[in-house]
Amino acid sequence: MSACTLVSVSTVLGCHSCSRIDMFSKGTKRKFSDDGDEMLDESLAGAQVSSSYSLQRQSLLDMSLIKLQLCHMLVEPNLCRSVLIANTVRQIQEEMTHDGSWQVVTEAFCGGSQSPSERLVATEVLCRSREQDAEPKLFSVLSYEGCREEEVVADETLCSVSVSDTASNVCLSESARHCWERDELVDADRDDETCESSRLGPGDDEDDDDEDDDDEDEEVDIDEESPRDNPKTMGQVFGTFEIKNGTPGPDSALEELFSDVDASYYDLDTMLTGIQSAPKMGPYDLLDSLAPSHGPPSIGSPSSCRSDLNELDHIMEIIVGS
Amino acid sequence: MAGAGGGGNDVQWCFSQVKGAIDDDVAEADIISTVEFNHSGELLATGDKGGRVVIFQQDTENKSQPQCRSEYNVYSTFQSHEPEFDYLKSLEIEEKINKIRWLPQKNAAQFLLSTNDKTIKLWKISERDKRPEGYNLKEEDGRCRDSTTITTLRVPVFRPMDLMVEASPRRVFANAHTYHINSISVNSDNETYLSADDLRINLWHLEITDRSFNIVDIKPANMEELTEVITAAEFHPHQCNTFVYSSSKGTIRMCDMRASALCDKHSKLFEEPEDPSNRSFFSEIISSISDVKFSHSGRYMMTRDYLSVKIWDLNMENRPVETYQVHEYLRSKLCSLYENDCIFDKFECCWNGNDSVVMTGSYNNFFRMLDRTQRRDVTLEASRESSKPRQVLKPRRVCAGGKRKKDEISVDSLDFNKKILHTAWHPQENIIAVATTNNLYIFQEKVN
Repeated sequence: MSACTLVSVSTVLGCHSCSRIDMFSKGTKRKFSDDGDEMLDESLAGAQVSSSYSLQRQSLLDMSLIKLQLCHMLVEPNLCRSVLIANTVRQIQEEMTHDGSWQVVTEAFCGGSQSPSERLVATEVLCRSREQDAEPKLFSVLSYEGCREEEVVADETLCSVSVSDTASNVCLSESARHCWERDELVDADRDDETCESSRLGPGDDEDDDDEDDDDEDEEVDIDEESPRDNPKTMGQVFGTFEIKNGTPGPDSALEELFSDVDASYYDLDTMLTGIQSAPKMGPYDLLDSLAPSHGPPSIGSPSSCRSDLNELDHIMEIIVGS
Repeated sequence: MAGAGGGGNDVQWCFSQVKGAIDDDVAEADIISTVEFNHSGELLATGDKGGRVVIFQQDTENKSQPQCRSEYNVYSTFQSHEPEFDYLKSLEIEEKINKIRWLPQKNAAQFLLSTNDKTIKLWKISERDKRPEGYNLKEEDGRCRDSTTITTLRVPVFRPMDLMVEASPRRVFANAHTYHINSISVNSDNETYLSADDLRINLWHLEITDRSFNIVDIKPANMEELTEVITAAEFHPHQCNTFVYSSSKGTIRMCDMRASALCDKHSKLFEEPEDPSNRSFFSEIISSISDVKFSHSGRYMMTRDYLSVKIWDLNMENRPVETYQVHEYLRSKLCSLYENDCIFDKFECCWNGNDSVVMTGSYNNFFRMLDRTQRRDVTLEASRESSKPRQVLKPRRVCAGGKRKKDEISVDSLDFNKKILHTAWHPQENIIAVATTNNLYIFQEKVN
């Protein structure tokens, strides 16, 4: 077991300050208002504190999503733990929706009432513009699965409370954006290449070349087939707990048989219809929209990553059904 | 304070024994996963991650003399569960023993139920100290005798032999749980028992293995709507129709099996309103109840959540009658504990014989004794350093912040890998069993 030492963490997240909502709303409105950039010193301080709160909240969200994704173990994961983490994710998402931070980012670019699909464009642009800074999103997380996954977010975000430009605004993940682009009949190949190159770009800067390149190649291949595999929806996460009973009807049996099969196209439908009908994303859609992690994630020892990559292969085989 | 099972302020705890490997390199299979005394306290059973059950027996030879300490020695060891593979889900089923529960003794043999994630087994532990000798038709080594050579008949007689303790599986209760079994509880009627997994509770008859009744089912139609799971369940010690189950949202439901066949509708709901000043993103996780235990009297029940122990009066649903903080200094560290998964640790708790003191574990191999009558609490440590025979345990103190006094340990120095999740208290005497990762410590009351 790795040493569990406590990281000295700001108590913002764990605190019970009732004023945090006030601080946040005060700071945020000022920051993103159309009134302009004039920010008084007090509100600047307020914005900084609220940004740090939202930073930490975002990192908690990221951490929770990573924990949920790491369900592909050899032994069945703990359902109680998964449920508690999922509830935490839902709480954060509800608060972010309530605080308006979900919409804030889109408004910054659109500045007004727009249709949900246009809002998506905004966030997509936002994501793209940050490509150079951001690490590869979903799949880089997956590549560190089994390594010290907490290091991915913990050290950078939970410890450092600095306000930076790469503030953790919520945006759609590449995979979601990917699907959306396909649906919009954008030239898939060209976009694939753009995405891939943008994803590989930061990836090439990694220290551990061999593993990461292999990983990236693997992920790129997989991505073309099934971009939405690994951030499984909650149904799939909890669905692995189902077993095939003798008694249920043929439909459910079929469903269970295919529960591990890539259902990305169904997810695509639900995601798109969901977006058309309501801008608010369900709590479990957050799994599909993992925000970019912040600093370069540290990689565990190469040997442990290698064995985990074998495990990863095995898991991907099952999912893709090769 | 005299009286068996009492734990008043006069009680000082001394080291008695430690079982298990000394070296720090812990083999995963040796990690202790459950500890349980039988109803007389003479036997102490432990289960480990490797699927083995080890039973210790109290040495009763010197019990007549009060000065002598009774020791627990290995009585029986057997492999209860083996690892299995679920081919449909491509997942392993761990052989780790989640719970052991003893049946009340009815005859010379002892019976216990042991369970892993999916299967419950009834084991019979019996002694054999005599064997028959002098068969007519077979030799002592078992070979058959040639009947033509037999000229006389004799009656076989029993002769003493070295004590042999045999454990044999009597019943296997399988294929009834889709989710992981977290609790088993024997009913006071001594005929039935319940087993609880994350979403369902089943009622079994001890004699019948191919059928069980589902009495609680909280699985939603759509698994995506799942927000709450069952964390523990127990039968009332005297009322055979009553049981309780706790949830990950900090609620306890009491059900009456006479009311209906399916006890989805509770007859009582125990829930404490949330303290709004302590609200955080971790509030729900730390409110999740990891253990629920009825008092021996049957009037109270105790619940353990991440930071506290609560005593509930069964007649009052809206709040506990007593609340004890186990390690409040961790409240400001919840984010880190969430990150390293320690926040999901499931601590157990137990009552002493006369329900006056409760005990539960903590980190850094600390455990807490909470005296309900004296309103005192003490933190003790199970460590090799304090393992000299009859060494009195010194109270430990954790410094939450600020200046650290001498003999105090600061929160940041605590070892979160050393957790005491499982503890047990002898039903009549002041003898406690405390399980660290792979060692079992036995402490006794100091006798002067």
